[in-house]
Amino acid sequence: MPLIEVRDLRKTYRSAVAVEHVDLDVHDGEIVGVLGPNGAGKTTTVECIAGLTRPDHGTVRVAGHVPWQDRRAVTRVLGVQLQSSGLQAKLTAREAVAMVAAFHDDPADPVELIERLGLRQVADARYAHLSGGQQQRLAIATALVGRPRVVLLDELTTGLDPEARRDTWQLVREVRDGGTTVVLVTHLMEEAQQLCDRIAVMAAGRVVAEGTPEQVVARSANSTVMSFTVPADVLAAAALSGLPGVGGVERRGDRLEVVGTDDGVLAVLHALQTRGVEPVGLRVSATTLDDAYLDLVRRQDAAPTLQESA
Amino acid sequence: MTATRPTGSRRARPGRAVLATETRLFLREPGSLFWILMFPTLLLVVLGLVPGFDEPSAEFGGVSFVAAYVPVSCLLAAIMAGVTAMPAVISAYRERQVLRRIATTPARAAHVLGAQVALHAAAVLVSVGLVLAVGRLAFGVPLPAALPAWALAYLLALVAVFGIGALVSGTAPSSRAASTVGTVVFFPLMFTAGVWYPVSAMSGLVRDVVAATPTGAAALALDRAQAGELPTLLQVLVVAGWAVVLAVLAVRCFRWQ
Repeated sequence: MPLIEVRDLRKTYRSAVAVEHVDLDVHDGEIVGVLGPNGAGKTTTVECIAGLTRPDHGTVRVAGHVPWQDRRAVTRVLGVQLQSSGLQAKLTAREAVAMVAAFHDDPADPVELIERLGLRQVADARYAHLSGGQQQRLAIATALVGRPRVVLLDELTTGLDPEARRDTWQLVREVRDGGTTVVLVTHLMEEAQQLCDRIAVMAAGRVVAEGTPEQVVARSANSTVMSFTVPADVLAAAALSGLPGVGGVERRGDRLEVVGTDDGVLAVLHALQTRGVEPVGLRVSATTLDDAYLDLVRRQDAAPTLQESA
Repeated sequence: MTATRPTGSRRARPGRAVLATETRLFLREPGSLFWILMFPTLLLVVLGLVPGFDEPSAEFGGVSFVAAYVPVSCLLAAIMAGVTAMPAVISAYRERQVLRRIATTPARAAHVLGAQVALHAAAVLVSVGLVLAVGRLAFGVPLPAALPAWALAYLLALVAVFGIGALVSGTAPSSRAASTVGTVVFFPLMFTAGVWYPVSAMSGLVRDVVAATPTGAAALALDRAQAGELPTLLQVLVVAGWAVVLAVLAVRCFRWQ
């Protein structure tokens, strides 16, 4: 049984559909990334898992418990760091971690956790006086202090400088190595690629792709990029754009850049051969997760328009 | 599936942990502590030091000016706590999503609200004790003769005033809005409690209108209990009615974020 199981989730706010037909499995020991642009439904999904929002339809189980029915059982196994939540302004970092520790039967050592998150220097500073990055790390400490089986981290490196970001990534790996499952909500592809065993890409309220980062790239319609030098008077971009498996052709000076599937690459090479054109300086590479993500998200955005015109 | 706990672990009590934290934070609010705990007594002391204010006056039904201000000062403590201090805290907790944060832990957001109400109510009761003690010791104002009736009327007024504060803090869209609305209801409440002029000495239409308000009816009920008479049924019904309606509305209308 998955540690977190989301099935056919649907939530509407007034007339706007926030999420629809969302399925998600998180297994023990994984780091799972939930990716997507703003408004894709990531936050709603996370809120349903955390028990803050009750969906209109569908089921959520965390270690077998329904969050909005058995919140006590769920809050014991699920640690949460929400992007949009704060702590009491006059509470010190040390007191905040100790308070949440006191909510749990068998918490981690608050002192050790504060040390590990690099908050020792500011342990006695009040929440309102902490920098954004420090508040973020404190939120992570309070999410971990109950020794959760699974921890939800929402945009955890937003507002951190690159060095602090790397440190936080290392921390997430350590957390997982310590046996805690991690659900990471992010819009940073680098973060997902660095950390996640599996990712789910959301767009317009649905999961549009799921799998390892490599699988998601491969599932993109334009998983491969090829480029070569050929003068415009020898071969026009339009000559290739209609080929099966070719997603797009763009001319940059003397070079043509073609994105598409692996089959598309073969089709282009075949077409060049037939025309007797030599692809000088040929480069073929896999699309980055960034490009695959944008492709997936844009396709989703374009979909309703296609339906309307049909 | 039964979870076994390792030896040495204890059973957590989230509600208590929240109360301990909120108590600590409450003690870090010197402004609130001053206005709730000290100001009502200070007002009484200042008035009591005015020559002649401690002599019986026909205007206040035979009691002295300072004696008439004992129940007023007590109501003032409730108003300070209920419509200024507490809404500021609660609306800030809503605005900064503290309640949401707590709701994702084994503690409940309701624990936080409950702790805030309890702490402010406790401070009010300490303040009331202080006002009664200083009135008695410094100015010879006798303690309420019908003490149970006095306590009942006061507690109902406390619920009504806290209900107003909770309604404001639970529905205002921001903490700024909450403080604005709080200020707007603060002055009428002070007036109807008799801070500017004791309700018992008001007359005509003004008195009738004031007697229909929660603090106005409470002020009249407290005056009677102070003198050893039972409050009238109407006075008790008015305060109790406000208390019930406002408390129910505050709970019903509360928005968590």
